[in-house]
Order: sequence, then structure tokens, then C-alpha cells
Amino acid sequence: MTPTIAILLIITFVLSTVGLLLLIWSIANNQFSHGQKAARSIFSPGEEGHSEDPARPADPSFTGDNTAQAAAIDARWTADQSSRTAVLAWLSSSIFWLVLGSFFGLVASIKMHLPEFLVTSEFLTFGRVRPAHLNTVVYGWASMAGIGATLFLIPRLFKTSLAGGKYAVMGSVIWNIGLVLGLGAITLGLSDGQEWLEFPWQIDILFVIGGGLCAIPLLLTAANRQVEHLYVTSWYLMAALVWFPILFLIANMPFTFPGASGATVNWWFAHNVLGLWVTPIGIGIAYYMIPKILGKPIISYQLSLIGFWSLALFYSQVGIHHLIGGPIPTWLVTLSIVHSVMMSIPVITVAINHHGTMMGNFGRLKDSPTLRFVWIGALMYTVASLQGSMAALRSVNVITHFTHYTIAHAHLGMYAFLSFILFGAVYFIMPRLTNWEWPWRGLISLHFWLVSVGIVIYVVSLSIAGWKQGVALLDATVPFIDIVRMTMPALQARTIGGALMTLGHLVFAFHFVAMLMHRGIGNQQPTLFRSAIKETT
Amino acid sequence: MKGALAIMVGAALILLLATLTLVVLPYLQMSAEQVPPDLKPYTQQQQRGRQLYIANGCVYCHSQQPRDPGLAPGDRDRGWGRPSVPGDYAYDQPHLLGTMRTGPDLFNVGARLPSIDWQLLHLYNPRTVYEDSIMPSYPFLFRHVDKAEAGDRVVYLQASFGPESGQIVATDDALALAEYLLALDHTYPAPTLPKADAPKE
Repeated sequence: MTPTIAILLIITFVLSTVGLLLLIWSIANNQFSHGQKAARSIFSPGEEGHSEDPARPADPSFTGDNTAQAAAIDARWTADQSSRTAVLAWLSSSIFWLVLGSFFGLVASIKMHLPEFLVTSEFLTFGRVRPAHLNTVVYGWASMAGIGATLFLIPRLFKTSLAGGKYAVMGSVIWNIGLVLGLGAITLGLSDGQEWLEFPWQIDILFVIGGGLCAIPLLLTAANRQVEHLYVTSWYLMAALVWFPILFLIANMPFTFPGASGATVNWWFAHNVLGLWVTPIGIGIAYYMIPKILGKPIISYQLSLIGFWSLALFYSQVGIHHLIGGPIPTWLVTLSIVHSVMMSIPVITVAINHHGTMMGNFGRLKDSPTLRFVWIGALMYTVASLQGSMAALRSVNVITHFTHYTIAHAHLGMYAFLSFILFGAVYFIMPRLTNWEWPWRGLISLHFWLVSVGIVIYVVSLSIAGWKQGVALLDATVPFIDIVRMTMPALQARTIGGALMTLGHLVFAFHFVAMLMHRGIGNQQPTLFRSAIKETT
Repeated sequence: MKGALAIMVGAALILLLATLTLVVLPYLQMSAEQVPPDLKPYTQQQQRGRQLYIANGCVYCHSQQPRDPGLAPGDRDRGWGRPSVPGDYAYDQPHLLGTMRTGPDLFNVGARLPSIDWQLLHLYNPRTVYEDSIMPSYPFLFRHVDKAEAGDRVVYLQASFGPESGQIVATDDALALAEYLLALDHTYPAPTLPKADAPKE
């Protein structure tokens, strides 16, 4: 054990040194002193104090008080239009996969309490539908919508046109082909066998190429950028686009990691997909949307930078908390638990910024679809992350590990946090790209309430049942089959919640298609949750 | 561009460090672990069964990793076996540790339920064994024949679960999967087990 501990000490030392160096670099480069000036860089000249909320333009959009300001707004319009094809390619695909993935999830959920449902075909057996659900919603919906939103935000943040957009379009085609082939492989029983890594590695190459093609416009646009300071959203987005290809490549290397070490790589990857891929995208979007809609900068730019680097340092090492009690070295598990708890630092800094900026503006939730989705998503990020830190503690994990509690937690993160923010982003982005209003505001409300009620039923029922399941599993005097019976009501409730969410997605997809087809009214009348009688800002 | 590049390089460096601690080091340490002398490599048929276990996603409901009784006594008390050690998985590629126990842990199912007839019956329809089981049936791993031929492995069902006429026989796939399940027997002592193996009481 001594060499291991020595190595661990050295690593910890190196890590802290790197952290310190990064901090010094940040200070030396005036990342801190720019402070609130940098936080204002998302507003065009004179725009601060004016809300930009395309899904809710109750007050006429700010168009500038003088020619210079008007020119800046025009330039932003040009920047938005430059990314149109690329963003639409990724977003439209993502919504298709969202609907398909919801049906996979719903079928898997029904099979849990009606085991004879669709049981005759090997292609629809639970063990194939469930990974099809996960891969569709993670790589189809969340990743593609995230990349779409990124492609939209990058030109805005860099105040220039998207360069090389055609590479991103090609990327989306290749990514979609990868999804079709990968899901086909799972259905045919050709899975690679590890959770989150089911697609055969030969098909994974397509995702590396497709994602890599998106890096080209990112780098070209970054090279052309017209802003002095990089707003915090672009930090998160750039880092995410660097992290994902590295992760995906290492974890999918075939025949490299046997046995128990394969399990560590598996969970290192799976948690990093959450921590270093979808989380930075989600937080990054929220960091842009919340201040933009409120028309006021985030309250502490310094905190946002601390949050970014601490997320990078801590989140990258939490994965092994999925193997607590497993056949792997204890130091490794402890390392991940420590980092899981340390995650509360970035989470709290982000929470202070997101929710602190909202202070005094909660009334806006009533009529802004984007703000409502994004802020609830941000709130659920805080909740899910703190819950995750708790569940990494040995004393809690011994109960929650191997139970439905973890499934509920995963959906709190991937859905109530990430998907909500992505919904909000789509509501913001689409009117800007298509120069068209959302046709029916009632559908936005319907979407919101269906998915909200659905996810509440889902998370509450499975959390409670999962906890009880975990307690019972520890007590060998409770027969296993009794535990199965005990979880039944929750499994049925999950199907109800899931059905509501699926319905919500159908509404959302229908509205999205109607928007693309320019249904409804044109670009003059605001789309609000409530009629815009008065505007108080 | 300088700032953007610095962020991306910094982000990549941090991830590389994490890769070092969470991927490379464990790999080095665990690949040096001793393989228990009593652990047998899978036969060709068992390996084929293992592929079926993967293809049909058994891992999404069954773990293969009993925990230390000092942490979670239920794992031992339910008869799932001693805590597993890295060496136990020496022939597992990919690993099938699992993270869910909708069904019981299967690390020692071969020792716990050593009858191939039971395994086949349970795969054909789990509810013939446990009325309230929520495990799916796997009818596609079995054939319905009028009369079993010599060499066919017949699944003996209660009348209420069987076909109206004829017999149910196992396919080669079903036999391979059952053989793999029977091979899941890690009851031999683990030479490398730290402390945990010593009596705790």
C-alpha cells in the first residue's frame, strides 16, 4: 500500500499545483480585474437594462438608441443568421431523437411492471430497449441539442459570424448516421456491453469524426473573434468540446481495459459525460440566458471563474463513486468520494450566480418561457448536484447503490436540469433563427406543465421506493421477491410520469415543426404565457 | 485567440491528470493483481453465453459484485458470496459488474442454483418459479416442437405455463447462456482479499 499512498500524495500535490498555476494565470491575465466589465460583454452597447427574450418579445426588442448601437444589434442579427443552417441541422435532429428516445424509455418502463409486455421479440426485450433509451437521449437528444445551442451561442459570444458552418452540418449528418447504426447494433444484440458505451467501437469512430467536425467552426470563429474578453459561457462551451472527444476516444478503445480496471474506465467515462460534457453545456447556456433575459449582468463574475476551474478539477475525478464497495482499490474509491464532496464548491458558486442574479426578478418567470425552463433547470442543477455529493458518501451510498434511487437521481440531472435548460434554449433560439414567432403560446405552457408534472412524479416515486429498496436489500431477512413487490407501485407511477413527459415532447416537437413551416402568425405579435397587457421593466 | 487556446489547453491538461489517476494508475495496479489459481477461463460455450448475457442486457438488472460485509452485510447474508476482488474478473472482457439490483446479484449464481434445468425453466418464464418476478421471459431462446428429438433439451413446464400441444426445447443459445450462468461460481478463496475475509464478528 505504501507506494500507492506515495503516488496518491504526489498526484494530489501535482493537482493542487496545477490548480494554483491556473489561478495565478487567471489573475496575471486580468481575468479577475475585468470583473463586471466582462460580465457585461454579452450585451451590445446600450442594451443593458433591456431584456432580450425572443420567445417573449412583449416589449419591442431593443434596437439601439443611436446608429452605433443599432449597428451592433444588426451585427448580432447577422451573426445569428450565419449559424442558421448548422444550428437547425443539429436542433432538428435532436428533437427527432428526443421523441424516439422517450418512446424507448416508456416501453422500458412499462416492461418493468408488465414483464410480459412485447416479450416475444428479441429486438424489443427489456435489456435492449433500455440501453437504446439511454443512448438515444444522451447522444441523440442531449448531445445534439447541446451542440446546436453551442453553435448558436459561439458567434454571439465572439461577436462575429460563424465561420466554417458547413463542417458542422457535415458533422450532424455523420453523427446521425452513427446514431442510426449504433441503435441498430444494440437492437440486434451487438452491444459492446458497458453502460454508456454500448455502441460498438467501430461505430463510435463516426461520433469522434462528427464531433471533431464541429471543432473546426469553433476554432475558426474563435480566431475571428471581435471581443476582448471571453465571457464565462464560452469557457464552459470550449472546454466541453475539448473534453468530450478525449473522453469518448479513451473510453472506447477496444480490448484495452480488462476486468475490474474496465469498470473504473467505464464509470470514469460515464460520469464525465455528465460532468464534463452535458453539465458545462447546461451551465454555460444558463449563464448566458438568465442575464440576457433579465437584461442585467450576473452578480459575480469572479465567482463564475472559480466555479469553472473547480468544476474541471473536481468533476473529472468523481466517477468511481459508482463502484463503492466494488472490487477496486480503496484509495481510488476514496479519491472519488473526496472529489464528489468537493463538487459542492463549483455547485454553490454557480448557484450563487444563477439564483443571485434572479433575485428580485422572479416575477419574470410568469411570462418568459425561456427563463422559466432555464431557471428551473439551473435550480435542479443545484439540487441534483448536492444530492449527488451526498449519495457519494459511503454511509448513504450503501443504501442507494444498486437501487431505483440512482435512476431517479440520474433523471433529475439529465432531465430536470439539462433537458429543461435545453428546452429553454430552443425557445430562445428558434425565433432568432427563423425570424418567426412561436405560433401558439398555449402549446409552450402545455409542454411545460406536462413535462414538469411528469418529472416530479418520476423523481419523487422512484426516490422514495429506491431508498426503501436499498434499506431492505441490506437486511437479508427480507426476501428478495418482497422487495420486488414493494417497488411495484413506484414502477407503475414511473410509467405515468414518463407518459406525461413523452406527451410533452410530442407537443414540443409538433410546435417546433410548425415553427419551421412558418405556421401561425408572423414576427410582430409577442408570444407569452399570459397576454402582454402591461410591461413593468 | 490566446485566451481561448489557454482555456482549452488548461481544460485538456486537467482531464489528462484525471485520466492518470482514474484510468492509468488503477490499470497498472489492478493488472498486476494475482489471478486466483482456482479461477477457470470460460469455455467457448460459456463465452458464447456471456455474449448473450450482454446482447440481452442482463447487466441492467443484475450486478456481479458482492460487497464487503463490513459495509453491506446483506450481500453476504443473502448468500451472494464473499466480496469480489479484481483477480476474479481476470477473464472478463468487457466487465459486467452492473449497477442495478432489480434482480439479485449473480456473481455466484452457479453455486447457488446449480441446476441447468432450473436455469432453463427460469429463462423460459421466470414466473413459473417466482409468481411475482418482473424479469422478462425469453421465449425467443426456445423452440416449440411437436416432439423433442434425441439430443434436444426439453424444458419441463407446469401445464399452465406450457404450450397446448408439443414441447418446449432449448436452443443452443439458451444452453450457452445457462452454462455461462452456471459458470458464475466464485466460491473459491480469494488469495488477495484484504482483511475483509478475516472473521469480522
